[in-house]
Amino acid sequence: MQSLTPKRLTELQVKANDVRQGIIEALAAAGSGHSAGSLDMADVFTALYGHIMRHDPQKPEWADRDRLLLSCGHIAPVRYSAMAHFGYFPVEELLTLRKFGSRLQGHPERVKLPALETTSGPLGEGLAQGVGMALAAKLDKKDWRVYVVTSDAEHQCGLHWEAMMTAGKFHLDNLTCIIDRNFIQIDGSTEDIMPLEPLGDKYRAFNWEVIECDGNDIASIVEAAKKAAATVGKPQVIVARTVPGKGVSYMEGDYTWHGKPPNKQQAGEALHELQAARERILANA
Amino acid sequence: MPSADTKDVAAHAMHLVDYRDAATIQHVPTRNGFGEGLIEAGNRNKNVVAICADLAESTRMEGFKKAHPEQYIEIGVAEQLLVAMAGGLAAAGKTPWIASYAMFNPGRSWEQVRTIMALNESNVKIAGAHAGVSVGPDGATHQAIEDIAIMRVIPHMMVVVPCDSVQTKKATIALSEKFGPAYLRFARDKSAIVTTEETPFEIGKAQTFRDGNDVAIVACGILLYNALVAAEELAREDGIECRVVNNHTVKPMDEGAIDAAARECGAIVTVEEHQVHAGMGSRVAEIVAQHHPVPIEFVGVQDQFGQSGEPTELIEHYGMGTAAIKAAARKAYKRKS
Repeated sequence: MQSLTPKRLTELQVKANDVRQGIIEALAAAGSGHSAGSLDMADVFTALYGHIMRHDPQKPEWADRDRLLLSCGHIAPVRYSAMAHFGYFPVEELLTLRKFGSRLQGHPERVKLPALETTSGPLGEGLAQGVGMALAAKLDKKDWRVYVVTSDAEHQCGLHWEAMMTAGKFHLDNLTCIIDRNFIQIDGSTEDIMPLEPLGDKYRAFNWEVIECDGNDIASIVEAAKKAAATVGKPQVIVARTVPGKGVSYMEGDYTWHGKPPNKQQAGEALHELQAARERILANA
Repeated sequence: MPSADTKDVAAHAMHLVDYRDAATIQHVPTRNGFGEGLIEAGNRNKNVVAICADLAESTRMEGFKKAHPEQYIEIGVAEQLLVAMAGGLAAAGKTPWIASYAMFNPGRSWEQVRTIMALNESNVKIAGAHAGVSVGPDGATHQAIEDIAIMRVIPHMMVVVPCDSVQTKKATIALSEKFGPAYLRFARDKSAIVTTEETPFEIGKAQTFRDGNDVAIVACGILLYNALVAAEELAREDGIECRVVNNHTVKPMDEGAIDAAARECGAIVTVEEHQVHAGMGSRVAEIVAQHHPVPIEFVGVQDQFGQSGEPTELIEHYGMGTAAIKAAARKAYKRKS
C-alpha cells in the first residue's frame, strides 16, 4: 500500500466532506436513521474506498476485490454515501434512503445491492462473517483482504468474541477489523452502559495485532491500514478513535444523536457548516 | 416387495424393502446417512466444506473430517459463529455444511439463520442432529421438538426431514447440489430402513409409500416406519386402507400431493416427532384448509416438553407409536361423514 501524497490527501478530505453532506441530505430526506456514527465514520469509509481497498465500482462482484463488511449496519448512510461518491451508483439515489422500493434499505441488504457483501443490522455478526470470508480466501490461496467495520458497543455481543477467538486460531492476517471507537451507544456512554476498556488489550489477549489511529484523520487511518496490511500471521484490529457526529458541531460528542436524523432546518445548518469546511480545505491546499 | 398384490403397487414403484417383515428390517441411525452423504458431497465438489461445533463424532461429521481434512473446520462450542462464519464462507463461493444438535443449531442461532442465511440468500446447509425426543436419556434440554416450526416459517429456507438413513444420505447429496439456505433434520437413535438405493428422491416431491383411499397418513422422519406398520395393522384389523405419504420436504411442501391426499382419501393423519403446533402437520393443515378441507388428526408432541428415557419408551409416552397412529386414523376415518 502506497503512502498518501499531499495532493491525494486533500482530494480525499474533500471527498469525506462530500460523503458527510450526502449523509445529512439522505438522513433529512429519510426522516429517520442514525446520524452520529454515520458522520464520524466518513473519514474511514473515504480512506477505504479512496485508497486502502482494491475494488472497482464498475465490477462490484469482481472475484479478487477486497471485501468490506459493515457489521454495525445502522450506520449504513455513511457506506451508501461513500459508495455513491466513489461511483457505485448515482449520488441522487441517496435521497431514496429508507424509502419504499429503494436499494438503500434502512439496514444494508446484499440481495438488493450486492456490493454490500452481506446483510447486516443485528449487531455483533459482521466479524464472524469476515472470518468465514478470510478463511475461504486462505483455502483458495487468494490474496484479497477482508475489512470489517464494527461499532464499539457491538463488542457487548457474545458472537463477536467467538469470531475474535476464531480469527486468532486461524492466523487470519488477511482480516482487518476497524472499530468505530466513539464511546457512545443508544443509551449513553459505552463505559457507563457496559465498559469495554481496556479494549486493545482484550484483542491482544486473543492473538490480534492492535493498531490505534485517529479515525477522523485520513492520513492516520491510511498509516494504520498500511501497518495492518503488512502484518503477518495475525488478524489486525484498528481502533479508530472518532468524535460522534464529527463535522456537525451541534452533534459532536452528543450521544443523543446516535439514533435520530436532523430535521430540515438542522440539516440546512449542518450543510452550511460542512460547505464552509469544504471551502477551507480547498483554500488551505 | 416379494408378495406383490394390488395394494403393493406404491411399494414396488418406490423400491421399498418388505417393511411388513419386522425380522428382516435393518435399524441404522439417520445420522449415519448424513455422514456418508457428506463424504460423497465432498468427493463431488471440493468447495463443500464442513464446520462442526464440537460434535464431530455424534453428528457423524467425523468421516468427512477423515476423508477431506483440508475441507474441515473446527470452531468449538459456538453455534451462532457456526452460522455466521458459514455465511462468510458461502459468500466466497463455498458450500458450507454446519453441524450441531438441532437444539443448539438452529435452536440457539435462529436470528443468524434468518439474517445471514435466509434474508441474505446464502448457500449454507444446516445439519440438525439429535432431533426429536428419541435423543432419549439426555432429556428435555437436548430434545429439539420445535425446530421444524422455527425453520419452516423463514422465507427461502428449505426444510428436509428424511425417513431413514438411506434417504438421509440422498438428501444430504441433493441439498449439497441445490443452491440456497437449507435445514436437514435427522435423529440420533437407530431407526428402521424402509427405502433402498433404488428408491427415488427429489427435494420437494412427496412420495406415496402405500396405496389406500380411506385415510391418508402423512409422515416425515423416522416415524414414517411406524406409520407404515400402523397402516398394515389397520387394514388387517379394521379393513381401513391407509395411504402412507412420505412427506420428507416440509418446505417447499408438495402441495399437489397433500391436496390429492385430501381429495382422494377425505381424511388425513399427520405424524412427526415434533410439537404438533406449527410443525409439518400444521403446514399440511394450512394447505388442506385452503384447497379442500377434510378432517385432520395430528400425531406428535402435544404442547409439552420431553424428559429422559429410552427412545421407544418416549415415542410411546408422547403418543407417537403405532397404537397412537392407529387411534388417530380411526378417529379421522370416523369424522369423514
